[in-house]
Amino acid sequence: MKTLPAVDVVIVGGGWTGLLMAKELGSRTPLSVVVLERGGPRQIADYLDDMDELDYAVRHRMMQDYSLETVTFRHSEGERALPIRQLGSFLPGTGVGGAGEHWDGSSDRPLPDCFQVFSKTVEKYGAKSLPADISIQDWGVTYDELEPYYTRAEQTIGVSGKAGNLRGKRTEGGNVFEGWRSAEYPIPPTKIPYFSTLFQDGAKSLGYHPYPTPSATLSESYTNPDGVSRPGCTYCGFCVRYGCMIGSKAQPTTVLLPVIQKHNNVSIRTGAQVRRIEHDGDHGSGRARGVTYSDSSGEEIFQPADLVILASWTLNNTRLLLLSGAGEAYNPATGKGNVGRNLTHQVGGAVTLFFEKPLNRFMGSGSSGIFISDFNGDLFDHTGLRFLRGANIEGPSHGYAPIENFGRGPQPVEAKWGSEWKKAALHYYDRTGNLILQGEHFAYKGNYMDLDPTYKDHWGDPLLRLTLDWRENERQMVEFVTAKMVEIGRAMGAREITPFPGLGHYDTRRYQSTHVQGGTIMGASPDRSVVNPYLQHWQLSNLFILGGSTFPQNPATHPTLTILAQTIRTADAIVERYLKKPGALA
Amino acid sequence: MAMRRRHFLTISASTIGGALVYSLDRKASRLAAQDKTLRIPLRFFDETEALIVAAAASRIFPSDDSGPGAKEAGVVIYIDRQLAGPYGRDQNRYTQGPFESGPPDLGYQGKAMPREIYREGLSKLTGFDRMGAEEQDKKLKQIESTHFFALLRQHTIEGMFCDPIHGGNANMIGWQLVGFPGPQMSYYDDVDKHFGVAFRPKPVSLPEGNPSEDQK
Repeated sequence: MKTLPAVDVVIVGGGWTGLLMAKELGSRTPLSVVVLERGGPRQIADYLDDMDELDYAVRHRMMQDYSLETVTFRHSEGERALPIRQLGSFLPGTGVGGAGEHWDGSSDRPLPDCFQVFSKTVEKYGAKSLPADISIQDWGVTYDELEPYYTRAEQTIGVSGKAGNLRGKRTEGGNVFEGWRSAEYPIPPTKIPYFSTLFQDGAKSLGYHPYPTPSATLSESYTNPDGVSRPGCTYCGFCVRYGCMIGSKAQPTTVLLPVIQKHNNVSIRTGAQVRRIEHDGDHGSGRARGVTYSDSSGEEIFQPADLVILASWTLNNTRLLLLSGAGEAYNPATGKGNVGRNLTHQVGGAVTLFFEKPLNRFMGSGSSGIFISDFNGDLFDHTGLRFLRGANIEGPSHGYAPIENFGRGPQPVEAKWGSEWKKAALHYYDRTGNLILQGEHFAYKGNYMDLDPTYKDHWGDPLLRLTLDWRENERQMVEFVTAKMVEIGRAMGAREITPFPGLGHYDTRRYQSTHVQGGTIMGASPDRSVVNPYLQHWQLSNLFILGGSTFPQNPATHPTLTILAQTIRTADAIVERYLKKPGALA
Repeated sequence: MAMRRRHFLTISASTIGGALVYSLDRKASRLAAQDKTLRIPLRFFDETEALIVAAAASRIFPSDDSGPGAKEAGVVIYIDRQLAGPYGRDQNRYTQGPFESGPPDLGYQGKAMPREIYREGLSKLTGFDRMGAEEQDKKLKQIESTHFFALLRQHTIEGMFCDPIHGGNANMIGWQLVGFPGPQMSYYDDVDKHFGVAFRPKPVSLPEGNPSEDQK
């Protein structure tokens, strides 16, 4: 094994969190920073000819290569896990920018009570109201503490939107339910395509409170506080699962790379598959010594560093800790150990609406749409309902291309091929729209991650094993919210409606979202969390862990903005406190 | 490995509307209108297999009163290219063993890659291309629940609607059927207009020579 000269900071992963931390440390300190990215380099120019549904949306050109590494899956303890052999219910990215290149740009903030969902729920409903097997907990940070960082994150990536609550004062046109904001959105909402206006009108007619999707795809040209300028969106429709050809959608390559490239103290090493965090024991005041990776030629390399930042997305953050023995692995039988606990995947569902009029749905962007939060969190009366918390409902106009969307029709068609099917599918192709729900997912004792005993990755390391299934709380929530969506669909003038059939068991084939979270969760106490509220490892004080893996449970929100806000907060803590006096911050 | 004998699919130029632009090894071999037949070099299928796949795709997505179908779009050429390329060899699928069967919601767990699934599936459709339409439909109904048929149906849809650089959707015929305009740079001036009224810009496709995944 080759050992490289030591650097000040090594960052594992070149996606949103890794590059944001690299930008902060690179521009605010003289530290030498190395980012290790498993995939290849990327730049905007790569996207000039990416408007190809087959390559990008169907064959997943930008996603993790499952032939090299995947995860295994089982619904419950005692079952034998099998590998998820092809991309399905979530789509991890790879390469510089990570999943931040192909995301949809939705940038909403969670409801303030999400950060104290355990104590608030117990306070209101009593501990007995919680489902059996529950494992939720407070985050150890409050919305009020995070608010300034949300604002900075919105300004950095450029979120188009309208405030509903400016410093406690209700404002017209935004989300009336949102937590207070210290500042208006940096730019106005995007244009709203036809289908989303139908949702807006339908929801309003029923007395709900629609608001424009907070969108990291720019409504107009914008220059952020770092001086990075990007043009407004053209609504070309090649957005989710694509990189933006003009840089309008906020991506790590469009927002962060231009700043990073101005600083010689930061370098990005691609083709670097990080395999271990090296450390001198996790008892007492242990320290990480650096990381070991395999480069693209297969050579093993040790990169020593004073500070290690783990920023490799939810599943690999958890897996790297388990492979490295950094912290005690979670044991569901005893409840001991924390690495791997509280695996969640935001609840998803949809209803399909069929209209008489054409919708021109090929126009749009990943986040030019309308949300309602009337059935989110604890904003509605749960009396008589057999579930806690709730979901946002979205009427998106993502763009719409035919390979993924051809073939649907309202009537229970027997055939899925042949003349009759074709005729119906042609008629309904552009008369079909979806309402989507994204619901809060509680953490449960039996939903967790550990290392698989059988299956290995390309480098010979054990795959991560997911043990995950839905519980009654999610099933009941989806049933309730689906009924509301059907009601809204009728108010929108849909002629026929196909509701979501219900959650049943977790299905690895059905794309849901890439909002998979937990495994290295944050919390106020080392007894029940892996990192402290500054995302610093409780035992290895020079190891920080960024991203959705730190979420103790899953709010109904799109997670990226929260992940960015927390990363900025951690960067501040490192620059303003840790570097002056290295050691535990909490 | 032994040299593979070259196979060609011979089809009537008129069935593809006389403008199979990108199908010939991605070179823009625009057809002369006077050409009566086309000899298209196959990369994966032999000619018998190609005829069966073409016939089956035409029953899945027929050419009928509601418009052209798999035949005019050149779906068989698309599938041939896909199976010959990295997708056909499962380049991005996790293919380490042990292979065990599991519940359907864990996804396809088999060892066979798409090209093997086709070879196996096609071996059970001998003579399919020479059957009458009714008999063909009956045969397809028998295999409807197989993984092979699921792939064939999915690939037929892909071949109808992919960018023509992939060998299907010849002349953007699939896009014209559904009113999809293909990759356009901007709808800024239109995205908040045309409410409830079909807006159908003239389709465009990606420029030739786009370095796409199946060329690697």
